[in-house]
Amino acid sequence: MPSENQKIPGLSRIWYDCRPFVCTGVVFVGLLLVWELLARFSGWSSQVFPGPMPVFVSLGELIADGTLLKHTIASLFRITIGFYLAVLLGLPLGIFLGRHKTFNALFNPIIQFLKPISPIAWIPLAMLWFGIGDKPAIFLIFLSSFFPLVVSTTISVSSINPVFFQVAANFNFSRLEIITKIIVPAILPATITAFRISLSIAWLVVVAAEMIAVHSGLGYLILDSRNALRMDYVMAGMIVIGIIGLLLDFIMWRIGQLESTSWYSFENR
Amino acid sequence: MGHIVVNSISKEYQNRRKQVRPGDSSGNSYSDTLPVLDNINLEFGDGEMVCILGPSGCGKSTLLRIIAGFESATSGYVTIDKQRVEQPSSDNIFVFQSNGLLPWMTVWENIELGTRNLPDLQSRVEKVAEQIEIVELEGFEHHYPYQLSGGMQRRAELARALAINPNVMIMDEPFSGLDFLTHMKMREEVVNMHSFTGKTTLVVTHDIDDALIMGDRIIVLDGRPARVQLNHELDFPRPRDFQKLPELNKLRQQIFLMQGVSYAV
Repeated sequence: MPSENQKIPGLSRIWYDCRPFVCTGVVFVGLLLVWELLARFSGWSSQVFPGPMPVFVSLGELIADGTLLKHTIASLFRITIGFYLAVLLGLPLGIFLGRHKTFNALFNPIIQFLKPISPIAWIPLAMLWFGIGDKPAIFLIFLSSFFPLVVSTTISVSSINPVFFQVAANFNFSRLEIITKIIVPAILPATITAFRISLSIAWLVVVAAEMIAVHSGLGYLILDSRNALRMDYVMAGMIVIGIIGLLLDFIMWRIGQLESTSWYSFENR
Repeated sequence: MGHIVVNSISKEYQNRRKQVRPGDSSGNSYSDTLPVLDNINLEFGDGEMVCILGPSGCGKSTLLRIIAGFESATSGYVTIDKQRVEQPSSDNIFVFQSNGLLPWMTVWENIELGTRNLPDLQSRVEKVAEQIEIVELEGFEHHYPYQLSGGMQRRAELARALAINPNVMIMDEPFSGLDFLTHMKMREEVVNMHSFTGKTTLVVTHDIDDALIMGDRIIVLDGRPARVQLNHELDFPRPRDFQKLPELNKLRQQIFLMQGVSYAV
C-alpha cells in the first residue's frame, strides 16, 4: 500500500522496500554456507559431494564452452512445442466439453482415468511409437500438460455464470462471439493459473524424458555427467534447471497480472 | 411498438429429487412436478410501465424470463407485437438483478454491446458517448464494473439496454441490493427514462411502494403456483405522493392486506 509507505520515513522506508530481497539474500547465502560446511565435514570426497565453489566453477565452464546453452535450448524447444500442442488441443476440447454436458459425461471418465497416470509411465510406449529423438520427449510433455488443461478448462467453462450467456443471447451474439467475448475472457484468469501449474509439471517431465529418449537437453546433460562421474556438472545442471523453472513460473505469474484479468480477483473477493 | 400479450401461460418445473410417497412401502419413487405459473393471461399496451408484484419465490421472475424468451412455458405463449416469443432477441432487453455487466469489459465496452446494430464506427462511438452522458457516468468510461458502486453498475447496464433501442425493457428487481437513497434515485431515474423513451417497461419487484409510484399498471401475483390476483391501472399523475392521493393510499393498504400485512404505515 503506497499510503502506508509514505508514513515510514528515511532509512526504515528503504528497509521496508528492500526487506523481501534482503531476507531472500540472507537465506540464500545461509544455504550456500550450509552446503559448503556439509561438503567439507561430510567425509565424502569432492567427486561424490562437491561443494559450491567447484560447482560454480564447473557451471562457468559449461557456460563458456556453449554446452549449457545448447542443452538449455534443446530443453526449452521441447517444452515449448509440447506445451503449445497441449494448449492448442486441450483448450478447445476443454471449452467444448464445458459447453456440452453430454459429451462431458462421455469423455470425462476417460480423461479422469488417464490423468493420474504419470507421463514417465508412458516412456516405454513413447519410445516404441516415436523412436529416439525429440518426438517421444515432446509427446511426454504434451501428455503431462494436456489432461490437467482439459480438466481445468472444462471446469472453468461449466462454472461461468449463466447470466453472461443470457446477456450474449439478448444481444444476438454469434457462436464465435460467445467464444471470444464471453468464454475466453471469463476463463482467462483460471486458465493462466492452470498454465502456470501445468508448465511447472511439464518442466519436471522434460528433464525425466531427456534422461531416456534423447541425446541433448538438460536431463541428458545430467545423465551424461553421471556416467562420466562428474557430480559437479550434475549439480550445475540441477541449478540451471531450478533457475529456468523459476523463470518460467515468473513469466506465467506476470502474465496472470495483466489488466485483462484484473477484474477476476475483485469478482471473487 | 411493444404490445405484449401473455396468453394462458403455465409453467411447471420438474422436481429433480425423487420423492418417496408417504405410506408407500414398495420402494418406488416418483418424480413430481412443481407448478410455478398457472394460466397467466395479461396484456400490456404500447409504452406502458407495468410493475409486477408478488411474494418472493412466487414465479414473477419466471414469468419475466418467459416473456424475454430465456425460458419456454409448459403451455401457452407470449407475443410481442404479434410475433411469438421463442428466443431472446435484442428487441426485448432484460436487465438483470445484478452482475448483468460483463466484468471483463469496461463501462465503455459494455455499453458498446448495445450499439452492435449500428452500421458504422462513427455512429457507434457517438451513441456510446451519448448514453454515458445520459446516465452520468462521464469519467468512468474506462473503469471495470467492479470499480463502480452498485448504483453506477445499474446505470451502466441501463445505458447498455437503452443503447440498443429495444421495444421492450424487462427489469428483474432492478433496485435489489441498493442502499435506501440509491434505491430512491434509481427509481426516479427509471421513471424518467420511461417517460423520456416511452418504451414498454416491465418491472418485477417485491416492493409495493415502488410498484405504486412507478407503474401505469400494477399486477399482483399470489403464491405458488402464481395466478393473477390483481390487475389494476394506476391513472395518477407523477410524482406520486401517498398523502395527497387518498385513492392510491387506499389501494396500497389493500395490497398490503392481500399480502398478509394488516398495519402498514
